[in-house]
Amino acid sequence: MATKKPIEQVERVAIRFAGDSGDGMQLTGTKFTESTALAGNDLSTFPDFPAEIRAPAGSLAGVSGFQIHFASEDIRTPADSPDVLVALNPAALRANIGDLRPNGMLILNSDAFTTKNLGRAGYAEDPLPSLKDRFRVVEVPLTAVNREALKDLKLGTRETDRCKNFFALGLMFWLYNRPIEPTLRWLESKFRGDVLEANTRVVKAGMHFGETTELFPVSFSVPKAKIQPGTYRNITGNTALAWGILGAGIQLGRPAFLGAYPITPASEVLHELARYRHFGVKTLQVEDEMAAISVAIGAAFAGELAVCTTSGPGLILKQEALGLAVMTELPLVVVDVQRAGPSTGMPTKTEQADLLAALYGRNSDSPVPVLAPATPGECFTIMIEAFQLAVKHMTPVVVLSDGYIANSSEPWLIPDIESLPRGEVRHHAEGADFQPYARDPETLARPWAVPGTPGLEHRIGGLESEEGTGNVSYSPENHGRMVALRAEKVARVAHDIAPAEVNGSDRGELLVIGWGGTHGAITSAVNEARAVGKDVSSLHLRHLNPFPSNLGEVLGGFRQVLVAELNCGQLWRLLRAEYLVPAELLSKVEGQPFKVREIRARIDTMLAKGS
Amino acid sequence: MAIAPAALKSKDFVSNQDVRWCPGCGDYSILKNIQKVMPELGVPKENVVFVSGIGCSSRFPYYMNTYGFHTIHGRAPAFATGIKASHPDLSVWVVTGDGDGLSIGGNHLLHTIRRNLDLQLLLFNNRVYGLTKGQYSPTSRTGMHSKSSPQGSIDYPIDPISFALGAGATFVARTIDVDAPHLQEILHRAHQHPGTAFVEILQNCVVYNDNEWLEVEDRKTRVSAALALHNGEPLVFGPKEARRGIRIRDGVPSIVHLEPDENPESAGVAVHNEAHESPSYAFALATLARPDFPLPIGVFRAVEKPTYESMLQAQIDDALAARGPGDLAALLHSGDTWTVES
Repeated sequence: MATKKPIEQVERVAIRFAGDSGDGMQLTGTKFTESTALAGNDLSTFPDFPAEIRAPAGSLAGVSGFQIHFASEDIRTPADSPDVLVALNPAALRANIGDLRPNGMLILNSDAFTTKNLGRAGYAEDPLPSLKDRFRVVEVPLTAVNREALKDLKLGTRETDRCKNFFALGLMFWLYNRPIEPTLRWLESKFRGDVLEANTRVVKAGMHFGETTELFPVSFSVPKAKIQPGTYRNITGNTALAWGILGAGIQLGRPAFLGAYPITPASEVLHELARYRHFGVKTLQVEDEMAAISVAIGAAFAGELAVCTTSGPGLILKQEALGLAVMTELPLVVVDVQRAGPSTGMPTKTEQADLLAALYGRNSDSPVPVLAPATPGECFTIMIEAFQLAVKHMTPVVVLSDGYIANSSEPWLIPDIESLPRGEVRHHAEGADFQPYARDPETLARPWAVPGTPGLEHRIGGLESEEGTGNVSYSPENHGRMVALRAEKVARVAHDIAPAEVNGSDRGELLVIGWGGTHGAITSAVNEARAVGKDVSSLHLRHLNPFPSNLGEVLGGFRQVLVAELNCGQLWRLLRAEYLVPAELLSKVEGQPFKVREIRARIDTMLAKGS
Repeated sequence: MAIAPAALKSKDFVSNQDVRWCPGCGDYSILKNIQKVMPELGVPKENVVFVSGIGCSSRFPYYMNTYGFHTIHGRAPAFATGIKASHPDLSVWVVTGDGDGLSIGGNHLLHTIRRNLDLQLLLFNNRVYGLTKGQYSPTSRTGMHSKSSPQGSIDYPIDPISFALGAGATFVARTIDVDAPHLQEILHRAHQHPGTAFVEILQNCVVYNDNEWLEVEDRKTRVSAALALHNGEPLVFGPKEARRGIRIRDGVPSIVHLEPDENPESAGVAVHNEAHESPSYAFALATLARPDFPLPIGVFRAVEKPTYESMLQAQIDDALAARGPGDLAALLHSGDTWTVES
C-alpha cells in the first residue's frame, strides 16, 4: 500500500501487546510475528500469559502479554524494555507500564478507560495525565472505530468487540509497514461468512485508520536483517520439539512412540505430534504421568523409539519409572518443559529449577544423560541427538526445555535434511548364548533384544540383575559392579558429545556460563560488554550430564566464573563440586527470563572487582 | 515356504530360574497351569510377553521362558499398554495381585480395561499383602486382623469383578488356583477374547491368609459354596437333593429353592448369558458373595468391541491414505517461509 505519510527507518523495535486474557493478545502477537518474519527481520518473541483461561475481565490477574523484538541486525532476546506498549485496557496498562522504556510509545484503547475499568485495575484516578509527561501517549478510540467499521454486519456487540484486537493489529501493520497478506490468508483458511468478513475488514480498517488519522504523523520501517542466507521459518520451542521427535523417527528409520499426559507448558508437543499420524508416530494420551512414562518404557522394551513429554510436577511423578528404565537400561527420552515451582507453582511462567531433580531425583544412584536446548530452533536438533544417544548407549535421556523457549519464537534457518545426523535402530538378533546384560566394550551398552525375536526370550526388571545373565542377583559384589557400570556407561556418553565452545576468547578474566533458555540474554550481555572492550566470554552448556570432556580445561582459562541461571544455583553447585572452581552465581527466580541488563550489570561488577 | 515349528511343550515355557514362592503357595498351581496352556495357544514362544508389577504374584515373569518384564508397583497394565499398542502382534499377559492391581495400581487397571487392548489381565486375589509380610489388602474383609490392622481392618473391600465391570471390561471371569481344568479353560477363553480379558484367580496365601478360599477350593464344599457359570444354562447350585437357583429381579439377586424335578427356568431362575447387552446382569452376579450367596465361578461377561490398538492403527492407515507417508522436508517448509539471499 502506498503511504503518503513519511516513513522513518529504525534498526530495531520492541512492541508489547497487552490486554485481557480473552482479548486475543497471543493471537495478535503471533500474527504480527508471522508478518515480521516474512518482512525479513530477525526477531525474538516472548508470550507471557496467566494460567487462568479467562480471569475476571479487566482484572490485573487476567492480563496477557506478547512481546516481539525485531531488527535489521542479529538479535537474541525479546528485549529488556519494549519501545511500544499497546494496552487494550487499564489493567493491561498498569501491569506493563513499568517496563516501557522512557519516552516510549504508549498506544491505548481510550474507550476502555472508564471509571469502572480504572477501578478494576486498581487505579484511584486516571493515570493518563501523569503518563503523558513520560511517554508518547496515543489514545485510539479502538472500540468505537472498530464498531464503526463493522456496523453494517449482522454481528452482535460481543462478536463485534471481539474483533478489536485485529483492528489494533492492522494499525500496527501500518505503523511498522508489515505485510498484511499472511494474516488475510490465515483468516481465509480459518473462518467463513461474517466472521471472516469482519476480521478481514478490521485489519484493513486498522491500516487505513493509521494512514488517515492525525494521531500518527509518521510510520516506521525496519530493514531486512543481514542474516545467514537460506530459507527460514518462524518456530516455537514446543513445535520444534514435536518436529524433532518426527525428525528423529525419520533419521533413525523408525517412527517414534509418545506417551503423554496433558500438562502446561508441554501439552502443545502432544497436540502437535497427534496431527502427524501419517509419519507413523503413535501418540497415547494416557491416565496419568506415571502411565505416560510406563507406556513409553513398554514400547521401548518392544523396540520402539519411545518418548514422553511433561513439565516439573510430571517429571517428579515419572521418577520411579525413570529409575526402572535406568535399571533395565532401555532407551527412552523424557522431555521436561520446566515451569516455575515448587508444586503447581506458576504453570505458565518459566524457570530452570528441575536440573537437580533430573540428575538426582530418583532413589539411589541412578545416572542419566541430561541435555538442554538453548533456543526454540535447537529443540529440533536436540531431539534427534537425544534419541541417538539413548539407543547407542541404551539409556534413558532427559531433555530440559523451559517455558520460555517452549512458547517464544525465532526465525529458524530450516536445516537441510541431508545435513541432519542419521542413525539406525539396531535390535539384537543372534540367538546363541544370549546374555541380556552383556556389554558393548566401547559404550558398555547392553543389547536391545526385543519381543518377537526367536531364541532371545529373556526377563528384565527392577530387581538388581546379575552382570551378563540378567538374572536376579543379591550378590554384594555384583551390585557394586552394576552401580559402577551404569555410572561409567553414562560417563562414556561424553565421547559422543561436542566439546564446550566459548563465545569470545578461550582465556581471560571472566567466563559467564549458562544453560537452556537463558542463551539469548547471556550472549547478548556478553557481546555488548565485549563490544566496549570488556574481557568477558560466555559458554552455554547443551550437555549437563555428562559435561563436555574439555569443560575443566575451559574453566581453567578464566580468573572468574559466573553462572547465570533461573534457579537458586543448581548448575552453580554442580560446577563448584565437580571442578572446585569458586564460581559466583547470578540467580533469578521470578518466573521471568533474564533481562540483558541484569547480566550486564553483574559482568561489570565482577570485572570492576577483578581489575 | 514356511516350515512348521516343532510343537512346543510345557517345559519349553519353564525358565531356568528357581521358583521362590513359599511352599504351598497357590501361585505354583497357577504357574504350572499357565505353562500347560501356553503350548496349546498356537502362539510362537518369542511372541509371548509376561508383564508384572510388584508383589509375590509379580515374580511370575521370571519363571516363564518367554519375554518378561517385572516392572514397578501397580503400573504393569500401563507397561503392557505400551507393548501392545506398539506391537499388536505380541501376546501380552499381565500378572498382578489384589494389592498391586487394585490399590497402588487401581488407576492403571481401570484405564487399561476401558481402552480394551487385546491383552490378558490375570489378577491373583489372596486378599492380603504377602511380600510385605501380611498387611490387609483392598480386597481383605472388613474386620480382618493383620499386622497393620491389629484391631481389625476398618476398610470396606473392593470386589475385583465389580471393578472390572465398572471399568467397561469386555471379558470378565473368575477362576480358582487349584482347579486345573477350570483355570485352563478360562485361560484359553481369555486368550481367545479379542479385547482386554480380565481374570480374577482366587489364590491361597498359605502364610498370611491361609484357607481364605477353602470353601470354593474344596470339592466337597464347593458344590454349595460356588455357583458355576455356564453360558445358556440356568444359575443353579447345591447338591442334587437340595438344588437352589439364583433369580434376578430389578437387578437384585435372590435364592430360589428348587424341588428335585422342578425346571429352574419355570421357577424364575436366571439363565446365564455372557453376552448380555447390559452389564447390569453381570454386575448383579458380581454382588453374589459368601456367606449369603454362592460365589460365582466362570465367565461373567464376554462381549466384543474394537480394540484400542486396532483403532490406533486405523488412524495411521487413514492418515497415510489421505496424506501419503510423512515427508520431513515438506513439513519443515510448510506454512510461511522466506528466503534470505546471499
